[in-house]
Amino acid sequence: MVVSILPLNLANVAVEKSGKVILGPASWTLSSSGCTIVMGPNGAGKTTLLRLMHGLQKPTVGTVTWQTSFKTASDKQSFIFQTPVVMRRSVLENLIFPLRVRGIPKSAAIEEASIWLKAVGLESFEHKPASVLSGGEKQKLAVARALIIKPDVLFLDEPTTNLDGASTQAIENLIQTAISGGTRIVMATHDMGQARRLASEVVFLLRGEIHEFTDGELFFIEPKTPEAKSFLQGDILL
Amino acid sequence: MNDLLAGVIAAVNLVITLDNDLVEISLRSLQVSVVAVLIAAVIGLPFGAFLAVARFRYRRIAIAILNALMGLPPVVVGLVVYILLSRSGPFGVLDLLFTPTAMILAQVIIVTPIIASLSHQALRDLWYLYHDLLISIHTTKSQRIWVLLRDGRRALLTATLTGFGRAIGEVGAIMIVGGNIDHLTRVLTTAIALEVGKGDFALALGLGIVLITIAIVINLAVHSLSKTERGGVW
Repeated sequence: MVVSILPLNLANVAVEKSGKVILGPASWTLSSSGCTIVMGPNGAGKTTLLRLMHGLQKPTVGTVTWQTSFKTASDKQSFIFQTPVVMRRSVLENLIFPLRVRGIPKSAAIEEASIWLKAVGLESFEHKPASVLSGGEKQKLAVARALIIKPDVLFLDEPTTNLDGASTQAIENLIQTAISGGTRIVMATHDMGQARRLASEVVFLLRGEIHEFTDGELFFIEPKTPEAKSFLQGDILL
Repeated sequence: MNDLLAGVIAAVNLVITLDNDLVEISLRSLQVSVVAVLIAAVIGLPFGAFLAVARFRYRRIAIAILNALMGLPPVVVGLVVYILLSRSGPFGVLDLLFTPTAMILAQVIIVTPIIASLSHQALRDLWYLYHDLLISIHTTKSQRIWVLLRDGRRALLTATLTGFGRAIGEVGAIMIVGGNIDHLTRVLTTAIALEVGKGDFALALGLGIVLITIAIVINLAVHSLSKTERGGVW
């Protein structure tokens, strides 16, 4: 029986950088399945919240605890960055890297990778250096590399901000497939349409605090707070 | 002008006739410097990667010292190695003074900081690029070092070749610890110094031209074998 790494518990966490509070104090428990969309204006702390949950950022105060040990939990998570980080290697070698780090033999990793290359439509680039890919293709590669480990939790930090419609749709399809496969998604986005399409719940951040936490369908119809309402209407929040 | 022309003629003569002494000292030059650079690379490259990845208390100081050591005066290195290896020194029993091994040892000391410092500078930029990904994928420190060494290999090659350039052209240290003994520790640079002392500028210049040619050929050979400066951007 495989134990889930969830729930993830954030207890009174805050992040400060050079005396300025970036995030918090905030408490939140991430559990069950579905897709949480993190919304809010620039500088509200979306990226910091995601990085904090994933362990890329240490909290200044408070604790971040998974159901399992940090090591076990880390092995079952992936993070997709706004600007995809591709390694100076071939597309295939990029893709098998997380598996190789986990000690999976090369032949098994390549077998698994060929499935994912097809899924993201990069078969013909298999042995090309990843640097020749376009922005959209790089992000697809990053998504495949994130999903190849079959993560329990996948964090996405504005993954489609720099992409066109077709690439955005391709990536959303991959995310949808992951959701129905039981992967818990936490995603920051500025794209209202995308948020509407994917959200099962919405965390609305404002000035570093969790301002509102609402069910996905409700948030877009009747948000609880006036700030979220004006944000949805496209007003500029200060 | 006459000296230069005579030097070129002497160089061509030496190469065409495959002068026995020339071949011998050229090969010894190569042997000493190649072995020294290989040893220095084995130490310096992982150390450079370690400095890029690791965060420890005295890291800044370590990097500053390493950068300063890049300019280590060969004569001083030679002198210290000489004292250590001399009969009365702590390693006198090894009987290494005035052998190619002593010369290699001195060059390793000179070249290692160069390779370590240059590789650290190159890998620091690569680490900045990879940082989030490698932490996100939860790599161990040794895995991170290995990834940097592998993906930064072209920059590391340049660092290593810079070290080789320094070693093959170095005279101060190997003169002191090697002694420029004919058929034993004479290499191209010490031979040049000797010929200049004797006033035979043509032969000295000829040897110099051979030395530069060897350095260029080695660089070209390594680059073409490793396919750098072709295709991709890294």
